Parts: sequence; structure tokens; C-alpha cells
Amino acid sequence: MTRDQGARVPLDVDISDAELERQLKETWSSKPGLWGAISTVDHKVVAGRYIATAFVFLILGGLLAMAMRLQLSQPEARFINPDRYNQIFTMHGSTMMFLFAVPVMEAMAAYLVPLMVGTRNIAFPRLNAFSYWIFLFGGILLWVAFALDTAPDVGWFAYVPLAGPQYAPGKRADLWAQMITFTEVAALAVAVEIAVTVFKQRAPGMSLDRIPVLVWAMLVMSFLVIMAMPAIMFSSTTLILDRLVGTHFYNPAEGGDALLWQHLFWFFGHPEVYIIFLPAVGMVSTILPAFVGRPLFGYMLLVMALITTGVLSFGLWVHHMFTVGLPRVGESFFTASSMSIAVPAGIQIFCWLATLWAGKPVYKTPLLFILGFIVTFVMGGMTGVMVASVPFDTQVHDTYFVVAHFHYVLIGGAVFPLIAAVYYWFPKMTGRMMSERLGRWSFWLIFCGFHLTFFPMHILGLWGMPRRIYTYQPELPWTSLNLFVSLSALVLAGGFLVFFVNAIRSRRNGLPAGSNPWGAATLEWATSSPPPPYNFRRIPVVSSLDPLTPGENELPVVAGLRTDRRELLVTSVVEALPQARESSTTDSVWPFWAAVATSVMLVWSIFTPWAVVWGSIPVAITLIGWFWPKGSPEDES
Amino acid sequence: MFSASLLVFLTGCSGNQSALNTHGHSADALRDLIILITVVCTVVWLMVVGFLLWALARRREVPRRDSDTERKMALSIRLAIAATILTVAGLTIASFYTTRDLNSSNGASLTVRVKAQQWWWQFAYQASDQEPPFLTANELHIPVNKDVRLELEALDVIHSLWIPSLAGKLDMIPGRKNIITIRATRPGIYRGQCAEFCGLQHSHMAFVVVVEEGAAYQRWVAAQAAPAVEPAMAEASAGKAVFMSKPCAACHTIRGTSATGTSGPDLTHVASRRTIGAGLLETTRGSLAAWIADPQTLKPGNNMPLVPLTSDELRQISAYMEELK
Amino acid sequence: MRVQSAGAMGNKMSARIWFGGAAAGLAALAAVVGWMREPRQYRASPPLTAALDQLRLMPNAISGTPPEVYFALGKPYETTAFDLSQGKRLYSWFGCSACHGEGTGGKGPSFIDGWWLYGPSMVSIVASIRDGRPHGMPAFRNRMTTDEIWQLAGYIKSLGAYTASVTATARNDEKTGRPAENRAPAALLFNQGPEPLHPDQGPTP
Repeated sequence: MTRDQGARVPLDVDISDAELERQLKETWSSKPGLWGAISTVDHKVVAGRYIATAFVFLILGGLLAMAMRLQLSQPEARFINPDRYNQIFTMHGSTMMFLFAVPVMEAMAAYLVPLMVGTRNIAFPRLNAFSYWIFLFGGILLWVAFALDTAPDVGWFAYVPLAGPQYAPGKRADLWAQMITFTEVAALAVAVEIAVTVFKQRAPGMSLDRIPVLVWAMLVMSFLVIMAMPAIMFSSTTLILDRLVGTHFYNPAEGGDALLWQHLFWFFGHPEVYIIFLPAVGMVSTILPAFVGRPLFGYMLLVMALITTGVLSFGLWVHHMFTVGLPRVGESFFTASSMSIAVPAGIQIFCWLATLWAGKPVYKTPLLFILGFIVTFVMGGMTGVMVASVPFDTQVHDTYFVVAHFHYVLIGGAVFPLIAAVYYWFPKMTGRMMSERLGRWSFWLIFCGFHLTFFPMHILGLWGMPRRIYTYQPELPWTSLNLFVSLSALVLAGGFLVFFVNAIRSRRNGLPAGSNPWGAATLEWATSSPPPPYNFRRIPVVSSLDPLTPGENELPVVAGLRTDRRELLVTSVVEALPQARESSTTDSVWPFWAAVATSVMLVWSIFTPWAVVWGSIPVAITLIGWFWPKGSPEDES
Repeated sequence: MFSASLLVFLTGCSGNQSALNTHGHSADALRDLIILITVVCTVVWLMVVGFLLWALARRREVPRRDSDTERKMALSIRLAIAATILTVAGLTIASFYTTRDLNSSNGASLTVRVKAQQWWWQFAYQASDQEPPFLTANELHIPVNKDVRLELEALDVIHSLWIPSLAGKLDMIPGRKNIITIRATRPGIYRGQCAEFCGLQHSHMAFVVVVEEGAAYQRWVAAQAAPAVEPAMAEASAGKAVFMSKPCAACHTIRGTSATGTSGPDLTHVASRRTIGAGLLETTRGSLAAWIADPQTLKPGNNMPLVPLTSDELRQISAYMEELK
Repeated sequence: MRVQSAGAMGNKMSARIWFGGAAAGLAALAAVVGWMREPRQYRASPPLTAALDQLRLMPNAISGTPPEVYFALGKPYETTAFDLSQGKRLYSWFGCSACHGEGTGGKGPSFIDGWWLYGPSMVSIVASIRDGRPHGMPAFRNRMTTDEIWQLAGYIKSLGAYTASVTATARNDEKTGRPAENRAPAALLFNQGPEPLHPDQGPTP
């Protein structure tokens, strides 16, 4: 490291730990008060908000699900009218996919990745703050629309022509399409930050083969976001153009094609499933070793499986369209490719099973959720193999069988690990442990409630119940199973209630956690809980895959960073050799204003295309404020 | 075996719109495939969970991480991966063969054009040697053990034709024409339903498929191809007059009268159908009257506007409808 | 140091709680309001339709005063996309195009040339549909319900509007011989009106 800056520049060498912490805290802390809160760029604060907001959307989406179960508990029930029901299921799907699942996984990445790679802030911190505001405004847009009875009612994948100009009157579908724009901008921003953080800000010595699996998973997820989101960006924009400006992208009568929408949507939509699932794989792989007392088995295999899944996920989108009447060759290709994704998924399962077999499990709540995940996700994978077969799919596509399948994959495969992750990292984020007793209650309620709710849906689907129906007739044999499902959903909701109560109570009254309550081996546990604004007093040096392995006492550190301005260390991509000291941006309120200006432009453009012209002026002004040069060098080699 | 017996149980009580209770050439093949894949997948799942339970239950003192264990584990994982690949490949091949079986039709004897629209089905039968072409709605009649070619079109948004007991589903997409061939193996009444979300009344877009022996089917065709009967009762005659003078005739056709509208279902033989409102209500005089009096309460948002009628007019129209056998 | 750091975190915590609380509150409010608001009406209530039937027309049968209930409702038939789109469907179902084409006129007058024989007010249009007009416009009183007449009138008014409303229906998928309803057609297709003109028959404002 360079240490030749002379006496005038305060460096973190040759001073006591207490003095160093005081100086760093002064440099890295945000101002108190509302403006300080709005202008902060601390990745932990921003990601914390992101996670909290996403969980609020989970609760809202869950309430919608309960409303649907109420309506379906009896045949020809009249609790909810069809128009409201269509809005509710569209809102449920859109909220869960775009406002909960993807954002919460990206937020976990934004919180954990900088800590796990041992740096002081995420790359492009202001973009991170911007991303949060955009996400928040997009979510509020959708829910305000719901309040005003203009929520989308065309399903969360908004097939044209039903969502097109002729069959979807009003602004409902436009609001949906624009909400997509908000969330995709937010997601792309975080994805870029994660990729750069992982590539350029890893602690010295953390070469590619020493990156924690979670960080690998988040990296692959980021690339999926970067490559998949443009497809949905194009499709949602063209949908608005069709509706507002009168273009004919999706209009067969004028040379457009209704199927084009489906191809574009699922080219994004299928990778999206893996955008949600791969972080969960990373979480499981990172949490598991802490509860079995041995390192993860098959690190290389798992990383390769992650990457393979990421690549393959772009070759499967047509399996959402098996019933549109495709040519035979296409069907065969996509059957084979869809089946083949079972192989990397299997590898992941085998590695975890092997780790469990060789280890000595300690049954804490995170491990319970991981075990629940394995049992549930494997079932979801099995039904995934079933729907990957074209002939099989013609009987179950768009039925409750598929509803059951994707809830097994998304709740079993992503929400269970996510809850495990919350139990696991809650001490790091808040400094307090969550209650173990409530944790067990929540696990058993959620696990049993989940299976009782969703398993019967497989049967309902095979018995001919299509999805997205607001009611069914009493002569059909679905009544008792639907009532059973609705009652079981109460158990599931109760489990989530216990989980949220636990989180809220533990945040104030939980037992103090200490810096490493689980005896885990990754870098985020090397700092205090919650981590200080600067994350690490000194940047750690990594010499193995598990830097905090018990027995190795002191973590080596590097020194030489300035303490009077925000600086972090840039390292090389492969070997993570130190390359430069780079300044990290200061707090700024401009990302907030830029997000406000962008939101105004996007919402306005639902009503007139001219909004794109006039609305871009405030956006440009806020961006000038954001990037106004400070006159100091950005980095020093 | 457990799952197989479970399947038998599940088949028993699943009604006439079920992928398990099948009486069609392709649905039978699909059910066999469903059972095969389900059994294989259940076995795999049980193996995984069994191994998981063993891994958790086995006694051990300390976590093992010696190189010998690691090597053994690596070997087992390789075997497991190989087994996964073989299983998946096997299922893929089974799926290919089923697909090939499904398309082994030897020339359809009958072609019906199916036009789906929000939220009902129109079935257009072509002219045959004896009979002119005719239209019917929400009720498809086919002869047993004959290949029937259905040409699927959508008039507004995407719909999907699904008769689970006879065949898998196929979407109906505006601007495209899809073709599915079905063959029922047992006479009976099967229910079908739209399987692609198509808007407000997607839930009430059903139809029945009546599979009949050849003679019964021919009688049905002859009856349907004939023009509408003249109303016998005075009340029904009055109803006919009301029908023609009100906007009803602008949307509905009754062959043999001046009513030639095309945006609603053909009503020439409406009383011969089992249901009205696309599977919504059983056809009776009462349900016909209820439907005409207030379609928007029975099926909110459907495309039949409420037409103001006095109670006498309503009674007369429903008497007329009831005579349109 | 630990105390200091905890204090700083406390600050951030309260900010986070503040934001989380605000977001949760907003969203919950939205959900409650959404639940309570009236959804789309597929069938107007009888007292409402009876009230909507009470038009007061000027003696020359051009323009007049809409019933008070119409304002109390917030002029839904001109301003909600759902009612306008229902009107568009009624336009085709009840055969309006037989005489008026796609709004471009035929046997009957055009709706998009900027001129209205009986003025552009909702009341006149409703009266024309309900009671008919001389020279061939039939009365639809006994064929359509009152709210259907209002929906249809709202749609016809939007066809000839000078400035398109954001709630106007969009283009059809099939090709039409006129601009889409949300494209302010009257301004584009403005014609010299027939003579002599009553001032109320003039161009749509």
C-alpha cells in the first residue's frame, strides 16, 4: 500500500483503534435529522429501508392472497366482484414479483455483499440511494392506483390483446407497465452496483476462488438482471406506445403479433425466477455451514451450478408458452432445455445434503427453514420437471397445478431461505438476536400451513380448475378442497404473523448478539453488530475461503487509507490485488430529487407522450446537481 | 405404488372436467404420462427426503472433514448427478413419445370451427352431404371414436380451449389459427372451460362436449341444421314479435326469421342446449327469463346489454325461447 | 466507542423506522381506500337511472340542463374510461354505425366534423338517442336502458371533442377510417358547418 502521502493527510496508520474509529465515524456518518436520512448513501441504511419496504409489500401482497382465498372458499361466492378480483390477483402477482421478491433479494445483496467482500461501501452509493427511491415511488404508484380503483386487472404478465388498447380501457394497464419501468430501473441500478462491487472492491487476497457462495450468487443474479431486464423494458414501453400513441407492435390486424409480447415477457420472466432463486441458493450455501460445524461441501461445483443455471435460464422461456401451438421442433428443444435445468439444481441439492451428512446439525431456526426449503423446493423441482414436458403441460398449464408449482418454487425455494437469512443476519443488522421460541413457532406454522395450502392445489389443477377464476360453480368437485385450502392459508398467514411479531419485538428487546453469534466464517461477522458506518475499522486481508474459521484468531488487515475523506480500496478482478485508493461519494440529496424528477416524468408519460420531452428537463437538472464536480481527485494509485 | 393408488382415488371423485378421469384418445395418453412422471418424481423426492432424514438422524460425534470422507462424498455426488441426468433424459424421451402418439391421427372425419370470444364459444359445423352448415354455442356434439378436427380461432383476446377429460389445452390466439384433433372413446357429457385469462368473466366461459353414438349424433345434426320452429303457443308468438322489434335481433340470429345479428350466440335451437350463458345456468324457462331480465347481475360485465322489457314482454320472450328446441 | 456507535446506529434506526412506518402507513391507507371505493358498475341502480332520466331541454331542443344527480356523480359518463368504453361497445351493438359510420357519418350526420345539429352538450345527445330526432333518427327509449344511453352519449361526445380526454378510449385493433378517439379528431377534421347555424350548434369547445 502507498504510505507516502506526507504528514498532512491523515491516514489510518500509527493511530490507536479508538482514535481511528472516531475519525472514521466522523467521515462516514450521515447527518442526523430528516435531510440526513434522505441524503444518506450508506449501503446498510439504504438496503435496510429496501428490505423493510419489500417486506411491507410482502404483507400487502399476502393480504390480497387472503382476500382471494376468502372469495374462493365457496362456490359462486360474492364477497368480491369479478372486477375487483381481477385487480387483486394482478396486484398480488405484480406486488410479489416486482415489489417484493426481486427487490428484497437485491436489497439483501446491497446489504451483505459489501460486508462480505470487506469494503466500506457499495460501488456507486448515490445510484443505490436513487434506486431505493425509484423502487419506493414505483410501489406507491401501483398501490395508489389500487386505491383509486385503477389497479391493473390483466394479470401480472399482462398478455395482449387483453392488455392492449382495445380490450383494457382506462389507465390500468398503463399503470402496470409503468410500474414495471420503475422496478426495472431500480433493479438495473442495484445489479450494476453489485457487479462492480464484487469485481473491483473485494478485500485484498479475496481471489475469485475465495469469494463466498452468496456473493457469487448475487453476482450471477446481477448479470441475469442486466441481461433480462432490457427485454421487459422493451415490452412494457411498446405496450404503452401501443396504448397511448397508437403503434401496432402487438396488433395482428396491422401486422403486429400477440405472441411477440409473450416471447419478450418470458425472455425476461423466466430468468426472473432465477433472479429470485439464485440469491436463495447463495443464502442456503452460506448459512448451512454455520449450523453443521463444517465448511460447505463442493464449493466449486456449487459456483459452477450457479453459473450454469444462470446461462441456461435464458434458454427456457418458451416453456411458459407450451400451449400456444408452437412448431414441434421448438417444443422438443424447450422441453429438453427445461428438463436440463434440473441437473444444476440437483447438484446444488446434493452438495447441501452432503454437507448436512458430514456435519453435525444444530437445530436453530435458520437451519429449520433450510431443511424446510430442501423438502419443499425439491417438490417444486419435481413439479417443474412435470410442467417442462410439453404433453404434460397441456393438461396443467394455466391451472391450479401451476399455481401450486410456482408457489412451491418461489415460497419453498426463495422465501424459506429468505426467512432463514433474516433470522441469520438479523443479529448483524440490528445487534440483537431474534427469539428462538417464536422462530420455531413461525417455522412450523409456515411449513405446515404452506404445504396444507398449496399441496391440494396440485390436485385441484388435475381436477380441471383453471387459475385466475374468481369463482366456480357448485356442481364442480372443487368446493371442499378449496375450503380446506382457504382455511390452511390462515395457518400460513399466522406463521408469517409470528415471524413479523418476532422481528419487531426482537429489534428492541432481543438479546444482544455480539459480533459473531453463530461462529460463522465469512467477513461480515468480522465487524461489530450492527456494523459501523465505515463497515470495517481496517480493511481485512483474506487468505482462505473461510477467513473467520475458528482457531485462526486475528484477521490480518491492510492500512493506508485516509480517514478524513471516504476512501475505499480498489483491487484487481481475478486475484484481488490492491490497485488504487478510490474515494467513495459523500451523502447527497440529489439522488432523491433525481428520483422525484424521474418519477414525475414516468407517471406523466402515462398520460401524454410529451411528458418524455418536458419531463426530461428536471431530470437533467437533478443529474447535473448530482454529478457536479467537486474538484478533488477521485482515486490515487 | 402409494402415489399410484392415490391417483386412482383422486380419479374417482374428480368429475367430468378432469385430467385424471379421461375418456379421450389423447387425454388417456396424457394421463398415463402424468402417472408415469408423477410416480418417478415421487420416488425421487422420497429418496431425497429419506437421505435428508438419514443425514440428520445418524449419530456422530464431530463434523467430519477428513480427506477420505470428502473423496467418498465427491464420488457419491458424481453418481447422483449421473442418476439425475439419466432420469431427466428418460422423462424427456417419454415426453417425446407421448407427443408423437398424440399426433397419430388418421384423417379427421369431421371439422368444426371453434371461435372463442369474450365470454362464450361458437361452434361452426360445416355443410355435410345431407345438411347445410349451422352454428351453435357453448355446446359441442361429436361422434364417439371419430377423430374430430377443431380449428381454433379467437375473435378478441387470447382464449384457450381445454376439455381435460378428452385432450390437453390449446390456446386460441387472435391472428392465428390453431388446430387440435380430439377423439372421445366413450359417450358421455364432458365439460370444458377457457384456460387462458381472458378478462372479467373468464370464470364463466365454459361449454359442454356431448359425445354420442353415430346415430344419435346424426339426429342431433339434422335437428340443428333445420331452421327454427314456428312458435305454437300464442304467448310464444307474441314473444317472437317482441324479439324482432327489440334490439335482440340486432345481435342474435334465429334462422328462418328476420333476426340475423352475429355478435351474440345463434339462438335457433337455444332451448336444445343444456346450458345458457356459457355454462352458467341450466336451460329452463325460469333461467332464460332471469338471464334476459338481468344478464349483468348473473354474469357481471358480459356483453349482453340489459334491454328494457315489461314483465309481459319478458314472459313472452322466454316462452318463445323455450320453444326453440 | 461502542456507546457512540450504538448511538449513531440508533439514529439510523429511527430514520429507518420513520421510513418504514411511512411506507407501511401509505400502503395500508391505499389498501383500505381501495377496498372502500366503488368498483366498476355493470348495472346502475334503478333510482339512479330514474333520476338520470329527468332532463330539462331548451325549447329549441338544443342543449339544456342535465339532472342534478349527474353532477353529484361527478359526470362519470364523460370522464371515466370504463363508461366511455362501454359506450363504444354499445355503439356497435345497437347498430349506430349503420347510419353514422365509424362516427364519420353516412345516412346520418358525422360526429367528428366539429358541428352538432343539436349542439354538443350531453343533454342534447342523450335526448337525441332517447327520443329520436326528425329526418330518420329513431328513438332508443324502449331499446336501451337510461344508463346505456348516457354511456353511449358520452362516447359520441368524446368522438367529436376538440381536445381528447385522457380517459378517451384508444384505437381499435382493426383499421378505422378516422383517428382514434384519443387523438382529438374534431380539430383535425374541422369542416365548414351547414347554414344557417344556431350559435349552440357550433364547434365543440
